[in-house]
Amino acid sequence: MKIVVLVKFVPDATAARAFGADHTTDRVGVDGLLSELDEYAVEQALQVIEAAGEGEITYVTMGPENAGAALRKALSMGGDQAVHVLDDALHGTDALGTSLVLAKVLEKLEYDLVVAGMASTDGGMSVVPVMLAERLGLPAATFASTLSVADGKATIRRDGDLASETVEVTLPALVSVTDQTGEARYPSFKGIMAAKKKPVTTYTLADLGVAPDQVGLGGAATEVVEVTARPPRQAGVKVNDEGDGGVKLAEFLASQKFI
Amino acid sequence: MASSVERLLPSEEARELLGLTREIADAELAPAAAAAEHEGVFPREALRKLGRAGLLSLPYDPAYGGGGQPYEVYLQVLEELSYAWLTIGISVSVHSLACFPLAEYGTDAQRQRWLADLLGGEQLGAYCLSEPQSGSDAAGLQTRAVRDGEDYVVTGTKAWITHGGVADFYNLLVRTSGDGPRGISCLLAPGQLAGMSFGEPERKMGAKGSRTAQVILDGVRVPAERRLGQEGQGFSIALAALDAGRLGIAACAVGLAQSALDFAASYATQREQFGRPIGSFQGIQFLLADMATAVSAARALYLEAARRKDAGLPFSVEAAKAKLFATDAAMRVTTDAVQVLGGYGYVEDFPVERYLREAKVLQIVEGTNQIQRMVIGRALTG
Repeated sequence: MKIVVLVKFVPDATAARAFGADHTTDRVGVDGLLSELDEYAVEQALQVIEAAGEGEITYVTMGPENAGAALRKALSMGGDQAVHVLDDALHGTDALGTSLVLAKVLEKLEYDLVVAGMASTDGGMSVVPVMLAERLGLPAATFASTLSVADGKATIRRDGDLASETVEVTLPALVSVTDQTGEARYPSFKGIMAAKKKPVTTYTLADLGVAPDQVGLGGAATEVVEVTARPPRQAGVKVNDEGDGGVKLAEFLASQKFI
Repeated sequence: MASSVERLLPSEEARELLGLTREIADAELAPAAAAAEHEGVFPREALRKLGRAGLLSLPYDPAYGGGGQPYEVYLQVLEELSYAWLTIGISVSVHSLACFPLAEYGTDAQRQRWLADLLGGEQLGAYCLSEPQSGSDAAGLQTRAVRDGEDYVVTGTKAWITHGGVADFYNLLVRTSGDGPRGISCLLAPGQLAGMSFGEPERKMGAKGSRTAQVILDGVRVPAERRLGQEGQGFSIALAALDAGRLGIAACAVGLAQSALDFAASYATQREQFGRPIGSFQGIQFLLADMATAVSAARALYLEAARRKDAGLPFSVEAAKAKLFATDAAMRVTTDAVQVLGGYGYVEDFPVERYLREAKVLQIVEGTNQIQRMVIGRALTG
């Protein structure tokens, strides 16, 4: 069983975050870390390998130099090796371009299963996994709250508002997993030390046969026109209880369509 | 609040280890401490997580699954864990102590058989020396072990046992002959032997999450192959284990005191009286300054003792000094932290009253501070 896990280095949500002059997320001047939602993907991949009793995991990321920290974190949790796509021309690449680059990486790797998080904690679009599956011609089962792999098939449960679906895909396939799949493990002390010795291969766009104008801000199909800071929170509605507090609360909730 | 202590560490490996420790302490331990201490819930799951992260076997041989860390590093991990939650620090220290007799005095065959399990992170150990009638006078212990064929038959009661009833293995210091220190032997008993039972958990004034109970031994058959060291060597094993254990308690005390100091200093910058933060008054500043100095001195003392141990030098007296000074400092610092908070310090809404209650036990365990003074005094006067 060979698994590829897609991971992303994102700005630390608890630290100061900023945008560059070109409206891209500042990924260099801020503290970053492995996207928390990708930790669930790492955990699920590790569990699939543990259940199978054999196999290997390759982590793939695309990002600036410091994105290597996300690979090291994932490797310290477990797994075998990593690929880092590092190229200045990638700056400002949108989801479509990202999926193109990742597809080129995947073409160089052997895999039975590709696992991704449900979204990145910075962009939050959730589209890269399905775009990648489309490019590779893989069946995709997304937003899994459970994942199991057996007999050449991956089975997920996808919990919607109205129903839970069980979806089965034949391997090779792509799966994205949610935070419902279960808490990700901490790295172990030995895992951290072992991770330093695990191989990380760096690819440039030229290595992947991607032209610089296919990616980056220039190659992006989408454009961020404006970035506006979220307005500060307004004072809420205060309900004075004059014997009818319960009714007023219910009316408020109903007016906001909570009930 | 995350610990902000800047540490001089001997290796990149140690820096990674402290980073991992803080990550787990901030995310898993600190947020859970107050409620678990209030309810008196033993944090077995949190300890399992530490075990899986490799934090329960740091000072032991990597060949058996240990972390291969010097005491200088292991103790600073213990300090960080105690900073977040003292009960966890005590558990890790006691577990490490409980692995010591097998690791240091077991034969190669015994280590091959059992040590990897003890260090594997899934098990917790206990160390049973004290008895209801023998505390500081440890050599007065009365629990009898009588050889019968391939077994020792053990009868007696062990008291104040950390992890009593929840441990997976117990080091039993037992009397195999005569009176006095030379008639004591050490047995490594698994947790579930016929005839072994446990008292009700003690209702303590602090560290309520930490399980403390009597271990009652009624004709328990422990295979003789589980004796560590020679018959009669038990008391010297016990003392050697305690030397290392005292360093652990000193580190726990520094973590606790640092936590009280940080909380009090932060409070002093926020709480206003007479129109300004109380931290701007010299009366409060001097209190905080003395607290900070005591914490730094205590840390320096345990690190000095640890470095002696790591270098293979004698360290018993230095361990006694570190345990004495650090735990007395923790008592004083936590008391003064309550004072800085005033009435708010005396109520459960803030953690410092708990810190004060927790500090007290550290002056008592692993040899009372009077025993530490005896050790130091005897070394001076022969």
